[in-house]
Amino acid sequence: MSEQEIKNLEAIFDLRIANDEKIEPKDWMPEKYRQTHIRQISQHAHSEIVGMLPEGNWITRAPSLRRKVALLAKVQDEAGHGLYLYSACETLGVSREDLYEQLHSGAAKYSSIFNYPTITWADMGAIGWLVDGAAIINQVPLTATSYGPYARAMVRVCKEESFHQRQGFEIMMTLANGTPEQKEMAQDALNRWWWPSLMMLGPTDAASVHTEQSMKWKLKRKTNDELRQQFVDQTVPQAELIGLTIPDPNLKWNEETKRYDFGELDWEEFWQVVKGHGPCNKKRISDRVNAWENGKWVRDAAMAYAEKQEAKKLEQAI
Amino acid sequence: MKNWPLWEVFIRSKNGLEHRHCGSLHASDATMALENARDVYTRRNEGVSIWVVPSAQITASDPDDSSELFEPAKDKAYRHPTFYELPEELKHM
Ligand SMILES: [Fe+2]
Ligand SMILES: [Fe+2]
Repeated sequence: MSEQEIKNLEAIFDLRIANDEKIEPKDWMPEKYRQTHIRQISQHAHSEIVGMLPEGNWITRAPSLRRKVALLAKVQDEAGHGLYLYSACETLGVSREDLYEQLHSGAAKYSSIFNYPTITWADMGAIGWLVDGAAIINQVPLTATSYGPYARAMVRVCKEESFHQRQGFEIMMTLANGTPEQKEMAQDALNRWWWPSLMMLGPTDAASVHTEQSMKWKLKRKTNDELRQQFVDQTVPQAELIGLTIPDPNLKWNEETKRYDFGELDWEEFWQVVKGHGPCNKKRISDRVNAWENGKWVRDAAMAYAEKQEAKKLEQAI
Repeated sequence: MKNWPLWEVFIRSKNGLEHRHCGSLHASDATMALENARDVYTRRNEGVSIWVVPSAQITASDPDDSSELFEPAKDKAYRHPTFYELPEELKHM
């Protein structure tokens, strides 16, 4: 194809997206669109999968059967989210094995929040309430994104997320209304998860490299800073409701803007964790790699069995 | 050893409705594909029946042929009831 032909195709493509048309897997698309989507959707899938690890840590130690079935169902949902997203990503012509390889080798990123440890039961509450809460804010606009398979996967994901946040908030509320030790445990979890949750909404607009292009392709509808403000505004009253304190001395209601002003984030910490120096980066990846490698004999055995059955069927047919 | 192949999953949400494509998954054979489809796509009563089809078995039309395939139907207004001009008095037809 000549350069001019590609330019024409790109112009038609941009127009389709501007008109809210969806792009489907076999449609022509600019190579940059394909690569950007592979990167974003796979990062998203990896985050769902790695995100199971910090919570999986508490399934066997949940304080009651009610809490245990809820946490188990939530973690199972996250596995489902990862699978919806991997399958959406594969429609762009990348294989599942390549995607796993990128995660395992460290070439692909996942959400940094999952590199923090879950040291008490209250962390299950804080994760559901704050981490899933921030995820919902990130994800809802993606249900209207331009790439059809991604948008459809996000519709399913968003439907399932609201239970995650509610079960987390219920855990926090119960602890906050419990003994002084329980309340302290809830407050401690909020103290540790607050800032990383704000960071989940991405670098500041000034430092964000992908925003403009992503807006055009509807991978983004609002900037990171707008999303972060939305998260703060929605979460502060929730904390007040259960008598917990947001760990930010600079947090205060702004009568003029009708929004909360809040303190500076520690971006140095953010970039350190992104670069692999968070408290659990190594553990998360080694857990994933081990699960994949130790499962190899099972995958091979299942494949060998399937091939044998297939051969038998053929033999009987002759 | 070969990787598990890809399967397309179709779910009937309730009797009376058609099976609809809802996504795909990897499985070594059809039985496992059905079991995985149940776990991945019907955790909240989304279905009463599942079809799985090896993705490689699907023949799809090419978007480049779209105009050739679908445009001829566009100028055939006479295939629609509104094309026909009938008297006002004729209520239900
Ligand atoms: Fe999720
Ligand atoms: Fe979730």
